[in-house]
Amino acid sequence: MSDTPTLLYCRCAYAQVVPSGVKNAVLQQLCDSGASFETVSDLCEMTAHRDPRLQELARCGRLRIAACYPRAVTGLFQQAGAPLPEGTEILNMRSLTAEEITRQMLRTEDLAMTAEPA
Amino acid sequence: MITHTARPLKVVLYEGKGAIPLPAEARLKVMTALLDKGYAVARVTTSGSQTSAPQDDHTLLLLGSFPERQAPALEDVTGRIQIEARDITDLDAESIVALVDKTRGQKPMNEPGKWKPWFPVIDYSRCTNCMQCLSFCLFDVYGVSEENKIQVQNNDNCKTNCPACSRVCPEVAIMFPKYQAGPINGDEVSATDHGREKMKVDISSLLGGDIYSALKDRSAAAKSRFSKERSPDKALDERKKCLTKLVSDGFIPMDVLASLPSPDEILRKSEIAKARAAAALAAQPGAQPAN
Repeated sequence: MSDTPTLLYCRCAYAQVVPSGVKNAVLQQLCDSGASFETVSDLCEMTAHRDPRLQELARCGRLRIAACYPRAVTGLFQQAGAPLPEGTEILNMRSLTAEEITRQMLRTEDLAMTAEPA
Repeated sequence: MITHTARPLKVVLYEGKGAIPLPAEARLKVMTALLDKGYAVARVTTSGSQTSAPQDDHTLLLLGSFPERQAPALEDVTGRIQIEARDITDLDAESIVALVDKTRGQKPMNEPGKWKPWFPVIDYSRCTNCMQCLSFCLFDVYGVSEENKIQVQNNDNCKTNCPACSRVCPEVAIMFPKYQAGPINGDEVSATDHGREKMKVDISSLLGGDIYSALKDRSAAAKSRFSKERSPDKALDERKKCLTKLVSDGFIPMDVLASLPSPDEILRKSEIAKARAAAALAAQPGAQPAN
């Protein structure tokens, strides 16, 4: 299990509740960084179908998630039988700016960033 | 309980060793197009944590721009996962999505726009397992676990845009992440939100929801009230009154009211839900045996 946090981005593709400007900008900045990251189309949809991939993600050890309200994201994982590990950071794209999200997602003290940004 | 439906591919956009990084604009377009189609995509570079491999029978499709346009032959050492690699040099986003679709083949997949993930999510840090939601919902969304804990069991039965159960939850413990306003959308619960509990108790009283609190307390007064409110006609009238109020207040859509089962069916479901809730409550640790 790696000590480096796994970065996870939720596209919220099944409903337009996350401002598109924010989610597009966050994805762009993740893409422009040299970081590895995971993306999912929609955490709600995965929970609805008890997608086993949520358990894989919860087993990553450390997670830093750009998605929705932390209470909702925590509940979604729990409802899918994949409770989030302690210390999971959840960044809310519905209330924070893209800059605030990406600053937190890509902060480098525990994130290996050896690749040059494109 | 809804089970996992097919999500047959995990897509990896590989830009690690042995691959040529994509131009920034192309990378964003590909990621966006695949996500908006419903795929899960991992970007792998030479840095950061490794992507999690599928734990079930998924196929892992690795996309990259490789020297001489030659995708490597890859194999899972455990033999559990099928790994396929494709070279995407010079392909535009549309062509890459088509390539991924082709790899998926005829296997079905959930796609955005064809279904809205609308269902309640329980905040167990707030839930007191009072069973109000179970007794309120007429669409069998809720059930109880083997440990007699309330849980969401039939997501697809939930009526789109109806957050009515969250309105009757006395602890503001039911969320709908796709809802617009807080705290139903998962936003923090403020003192004001919790102060609305009184109004909610009134609503649940209309529904006979206090029966379950009464079952907990085993008070004689509550028992008396329980017997009075078991009148089928009264229960039906009160439930309709409550739902009509929720519609007129803009809390639930009109089509939910229109899609209610017949009065007989409501009564039947209501009795079943009451029995399940009562049984679950009675089985909880600390519950007193009924006299």
